[in-house]
Amino acid sequence: MSPQSPNTKSLVEVRELTKTFNGLTAVDHISFDIYEGEILGLLGPNGAGKTTTIHMLLDIVSPSSGNVLFGGKNLRHHREEILRQINFASSHIAMPFSLTVEENLEIFGRLYEVPHRKTRIEQVLEELEMTSLRSKLARTLSSGQMTRLSLAKAFLTQPRLLLLDEPTASLDPDIADKTRTLVREYQRRFACTILYTSHNMKEMEHMSDRIIFLNRGKIVATGTAQEITAKFGQRDLEDVFLTVARNG
Amino acid sequence: MNGNRIHALILRHLYLYKRSLPRLMEIFYWPLLDLVVWGFITVYLGQFESGLPHIAAFFIGALILWDILFRAQQGITISFLEEIWSRNLMNLFASPLKPGEFLAATIIISFCKVVAVLIVSVFVAWAFYSFNLFVLGVSLIPFILNLIIMGWSIGILTTAIIMRYGQEAEVMAWGMVFIFQPVSCVFYPVSVLPGFLQTVAHVIPAAHVFEGMRAVITNDGFPLPELMWASGLNALYLLASILWFHHIYDVVKAKGILVRVGE
Repeated sequence: MSPQSPNTKSLVEVRELTKTFNGLTAVDHISFDIYEGEILGLLGPNGAGKTTTIHMLLDIVSPSSGNVLFGGKNLRHHREEILRQINFASSHIAMPFSLTVEENLEIFGRLYEVPHRKTRIEQVLEELEMTSLRSKLARTLSSGQMTRLSLAKAFLTQPRLLLLDEPTASLDPDIADKTRTLVREYQRRFACTILYTSHNMKEMEHMSDRIIFLNRGKIVATGTAQEITAKFGQRDLEDVFLTVARNG
Repeated sequence: MNGNRIHALILRHLYLYKRSLPRLMEIFYWPLLDLVVWGFITVYLGQFESGLPHIAAFFIGALILWDILFRAQQGITISFLEEIWSRNLMNLFASPLKPGEFLAATIIISFCKVVAVLIVSVFVAWAFYSFNLFVLGVSLIPFILNLIIMGWSIGILTTAIIMRYGQEAEVMAWGMVFIFQPVSCVFYPVSVLPGFLQTVAHVIPAAHVFEGMRAVITNDGFPLPELMWASGLNALYLLASILWFHHIYDVVKAKGILVRVGE
């Protein structure tokens, strides 16, 4: 897709978003749009402000200043309505481990008031090949299965915006590849908009239609992987990353 | 308030309890143990000419009622700790769930646990010591409700502190309520306290409840003033604790520590 196309509509508008913790600026007046149906990669070294940005999009961290608009509505004033249309999966966040896979989906289906919940749970279990795991306690799942459960929770609500924070971290290459395929298939089927973070540069190149490069809380580059690579005069995204991380 | 989301959280805890022996023990084991130990002490004391009337009613009744307050507080705080232990806070608060709905769900869970504890305690007291709590009459019901509400206020207060200071403050889940025990006058009348503590006791709803309970036991008539004091104070404290919880929720969002509470 071409994000610059005049037909492209912004789903999310981030305007002058800033977050300061005890005098330290984690996110520094960043503005960007997430266009409907795109996969936007959020890239940057540790401490660049990626996770803080995602947390502000999910309203679990309040911005020091700036706004997040979703479908033109301010997250601050339309929290409930907007969060029903957003979901997330993260390798850093567990799911209630004393509940079975199916019970977890039941709870989150109710929390997000998913229509035809039972049917949707069955669909998601099938889509993620988790039908045989439905009665397993979350604590007994492998890392790959837990990632799939986290994705199932996110897919269940058919969100307009899906935030994926390092979904393949700590997965072996085979499972990571299957996870990427699942995300891609889901995005194609439902034309879902995705914000994606990863420390795997190949993955970012493969997954993202467009990338925002953050460093020290500021946006240092925006564009396709090729555009960013060209801008920094490097061979690939990994070299760009190393250049930015080491030289600022 | 959205009933579906409140229902979802209640269901989440029912799923948890149905297969967790330690959590079931929390409902059955500790109240049982307390009653057994205190029951025997009461039986022993009853062998003496202590001059204390209705000694079983005083001690066993007081113990059951104190446990109601304690379990009401625990019902709130432990529900929050469960989310910390399972690192589920971010999943919940990044959903459309509102803090008020979270509190409403924990209050309902707490009420269910209190009812379970009450049933167990009343049965054990009756089976082991032939003590029937209900001989104290229906007038006890509004006092029991007041104890539950005070437990909720302490539970919400404690939960907010844990949310703000993280797992380091977890110990408060078990200890906080006991700060109020000496001035709640569970096992002795307010009059035995030193003067300044009597003043403190007068602003503790539980102290009015236990004074009222003693009045009921000794047939001093229905203690309406004590009930009014307890109810008024409880209304004030419950409102204050809910406002406090919302304030702390905003603080932890601003500080970015909500997602790190369990780490």
